[in-house]
Amino acid sequence: MNEQTTDVIQGTLDLLILKTLSLEPMHGFGIARRVEQVSRGVFKVNPGSLLTALQRLERAGWLDSAWRNTENSRRARFYNLTRSGRKQLELETADWTRRASAVARLLRQDA
Amino acid sequence: MSLWRHLTRGLRGLVRPGQQATDIDDEVQHYFEQATAAHRERGLSEAEARRAARLELGSPHTAQERVRSYGWENSVRILLSDLRFAARQLRRNPGFTVVSVLTLALGIGASTAIFSAIDPVLFRPLPYPHPGRILMVWSTWQGARSEIAFGTWRELSQRSRSFDSTAIFEPWQPAMTGATEPRRLDGQSVSPAFFRVLGIAPSLGRDFRSSDEGPHAPRVVILSDSLWRHLFAGDPAILGRAVRLDGDDYIVIGVMPRGFEDVLSPSTELWTPDTYDATRITREFNSWEWGNHLRMVARLRPGVTRASAIQELVAIARTPWLQYPRPRWASLDRGLIVDALQQDIAHTVRPALLAVFAAVIIVLAIACVNVVNLLLARGAQRSGEFAVRGALGASSRRILRQLVTESLLLSLLGGALGIVAAIAGVRAIVALSPAGMPRLDAIAFDPPAFLFAFALTVIIGLSAGVVPALHIAHSNLQSGLQHVSRRIAGTHLWTRRVLVVAEIALALVLLVSASLLLHSMRRLLAVNPGFRPSHLLTLQVVTSGHRFDNSAADPDGGDRIRRRFFEQALEAVRRVPGVENAAFTSLLPLSDDPPVVGQYGAQFEDQDSQSGYNVFRYAVSPGYCQTMGIPLLSGRLLDERDRAGAPQAALISASLARHHFGDRNPIGSRLHVGPRDRPWYTVVGVVGNVRQTSLAIDQEDAVYLSTEQTWFADDSLSFVIRARANAAALVPAVKSAIWSEDSEQPIVRVVTMDRLMAITEAQRRFVLILFEAFGLVALLLAAVGLYGVLSGSMAERTREIGVRMALGASRGDILTLALRDGMRLTAFGLMIGLCGALAASRGIASLLFGISALDPASWLSMLALLTAVAALACWVPAWRGASVDPATTLRAE
Repeated sequence: MNEQTTDVIQGTLDLLILKTLSLEPMHGFGIARRVEQVSRGVFKVNPGSLLTALQRLERAGWLDSAWRNTENSRRARFYNLTRSGRKQLELETADWTRRASAVARLLRQDA
Repeated sequence: MSLWRHLTRGLRGLVRPGQQATDIDDEVQHYFEQATAAHRERGLSEAEARRAARLELGSPHTAQERVRSYGWENSVRILLSDLRFAARQLRRNPGFTVVSVLTLALGIGASTAIFSAIDPVLFRPLPYPHPGRILMVWSTWQGARSEIAFGTWRELSQRSRSFDSTAIFEPWQPAMTGATEPRRLDGQSVSPAFFRVLGIAPSLGRDFRSSDEGPHAPRVVILSDSLWRHLFAGDPAILGRAVRLDGDDYIVIGVMPRGFEDVLSPSTELWTPDTYDATRITREFNSWEWGNHLRMVARLRPGVTRASAIQELVAIARTPWLQYPRPRWASLDRGLIVDALQQDIAHTVRPALLAVFAAVIIVLAIACVNVVNLLLARGAQRSGEFAVRGALGASSRRILRQLVTESLLLSLLGGALGIVAAIAGVRAIVALSPAGMPRLDAIAFDPPAFLFAFALTVIIGLSAGVVPALHIAHSNLQSGLQHVSRRIAGTHLWTRRVLVVAEIALALVLLVSASLLLHSMRRLLAVNPGFRPSHLLTLQVVTSGHRFDNSAADPDGGDRIRRRFFEQALEAVRRVPGVENAAFTSLLPLSDDPPVVGQYGAQFEDQDSQSGYNVFRYAVSPGYCQTMGIPLLSGRLLDERDRAGAPQAALISASLARHHFGDRNPIGSRLHVGPRDRPWYTVVGVVGNVRQTSLAIDQEDAVYLSTEQTWFADDSLSFVIRARANAAALVPAVKSAIWSEDSEQPIVRVVTMDRLMAITEAQRRFVLILFEAFGLVALLLAAVGLYGVLSGSMAERTREIGVRMALGASRGDILTLALRDGMRLTAFGLMIGLCGALAASRGIASLLFGISALDPASWLSMLALLTAVAALACWVPAWRGASVDPATTLRAE
């Protein structure tokens, strides 16, 4: 596990999780794989961090979770976005866009 | 909403830890299975896929650990497991646990008990609204507080602008009759604003009004809650009813609230308005309005500072006005003493209380040092354990947390036991406390005391845990692992040595103080009071009722009846079997008779009108000196010849004779005592000096007159009765003998002279007992500390000792080595302690008597004692260390 990569993710992990879950309910590994695939391998998610973050988001009231049986009849925990989670996603997306474009402007200026 | 979720989820995790753990494990496992499956899909074999997943994701256990450590409930879980572990550790070392818990309980208990005693007196605000605004105003006599006259109060209260209200008050002890036995009540005669100054109104009925004051006002009283409940069963219909006091009917107009505390005179049961008459404040100065027997209390106007009020009063004292005449004895030329009420009531006991508090803090410090020392020793023994924990991944914060949990548990146990001890201790203090202790009723184990104990406990627990933990953090864990094989002599002992030096120093401070107090007490009890106190019973008879009133038709009639009653009562007492001799006096030595009431001016014939002596006036029956055992030095004693109408005779004390006559013979010289317009008294004899106020005060100028030849008949006289055997056993017979003459006269203050002498010195004794106890505890704890450090050091040096012995050192050499080590620590401690004791002896200087603060006997004896105890504490481990067989130690490696 690369410490630096994790650090980068940590700041935005919540946003990535909320965004991923806005499409459909998923279990932990599903979220990790989706993030990895969509980011084309830039973000690798550590299971410890991810599962802890899921707990935190759930306690904040942005996620709901339920135990369901998967196709091969294993117990798995599925997460889905709540209404306040959706609001939070909008907030965080706006916030992120604002920051990212500010950083981008600064970088353009420098170049 | 989210807080609620945090709470419920966390609680669910705590209540059903198994469920939560299973969920987490399942989720993590599912995650890993999915990852493995993903790799399998890419064509890897089952084994290869699992390996790839492990490589990519790390250990599932680490992930589980991380997820589990999320949430507040996890901290609680750690705390609980730390507590369980700590409890197990303590149970496993019962010796260590018992010693530390008892030591802490002692320290916390003693200091909490002392705190509860001094808090209401010194720190807690008095139970009145805006208590800081209440001031006491005194006149000055010989640099000390002295009572003021009604005339002085009138001038001060009329001229000053700083006060809302001011009041005067004085003791009033009426006899209540009509009940089965005549009973003297403790009352106060006060000016009407008294309760307004304190800021408390009666809970039933009304307060005093200005129309209640003065000689012609109808007589009224306000009762205390407890008197009302005890005597009148709390009957609300008491208002408007009359009680018979001193032969007069007084109408009850009010009852004070239940919690009301009159800190000015705590035993007061009822109050009545004073009967002073402002119209009698004349330039003749011969009325009661000019007697200095009142205390004055005043409440500041809001917004006026104490300093400006004091300034105003001082200015008034300095500038007499023509319309406010002042006699010589109330001239205020020495100024006034003005003090806040709280400081004022505590000013006599403050030095003693502060000394005791300082002493108990020292005991507490020694107790803590001892426990830290024990923890350090244990920390050293457990360094192997911590090294292993560190190696297994425990962070140093985690280890610190566990150590602090352990010491907190220890101190909480100590604190709980200490609180039990404090509750008992507070009772003991109240029982032991000296007569002059203010606010005794407010001393209890109350919430502030509990807070104090709790704060102490937590502070001790935290700091006692942090010191050893820092120690472990400093010495790195690696060396701890090596330490297990005991090759390296302990460096951690350094801290423990410093702590032991501190303990010895603190113990010396306490011991020297206790020794100084003990020697003072011995000196004090060796003081000759001037009479023989053994087998002496004393009691006071207070005459009350209208039959003793002087009337206009017969100005001496009442006095004559009063004198006859006392003489008949004395005759009756003398007839009681077992009584060897009996007499009476107006002023009883070493009693609580206020000195200022018994003192008068005396002037010899050869003195001008400006000079004279302040003497104690004893109006006595013939035979008083014989009964008391006061020796006659020259001339004759008073006897049956010295009756009314005979030439006026007086005895003077040896000190007065020496002050005025030096070597000349005073017999036959003449003097005035009290008023100058009476016939001269002729000195017929000189008697020995008697301590009047206390054993410590050698104010002994005195004049003895026959009660028949004084210018007024005292309304209360003290009987002194010398018994053939047990004085206390005579009490019932003597009482009934007096009541056989008149059953309406109250008999009070029945006490043997031995007991009276003990009461007089109660404050010193109180401080002494506490200091002795604390000193002993400190000595014991310091010895235990020294013993512990030296044992530890010897245990660590077993190998070194073995090598030394193998190389030819004798047992004596090893013994010397160890003893020298211990005694060096002792010497350091004693040196530092001497400096501390020097400061402490200054602090208790006001409690010493007859010796200087540098009394060599006190200092040397305690240095010797502490050195001897320290030597013993060193010798035991040194001997044990030297008894080691070198072959065994070396083979053990």
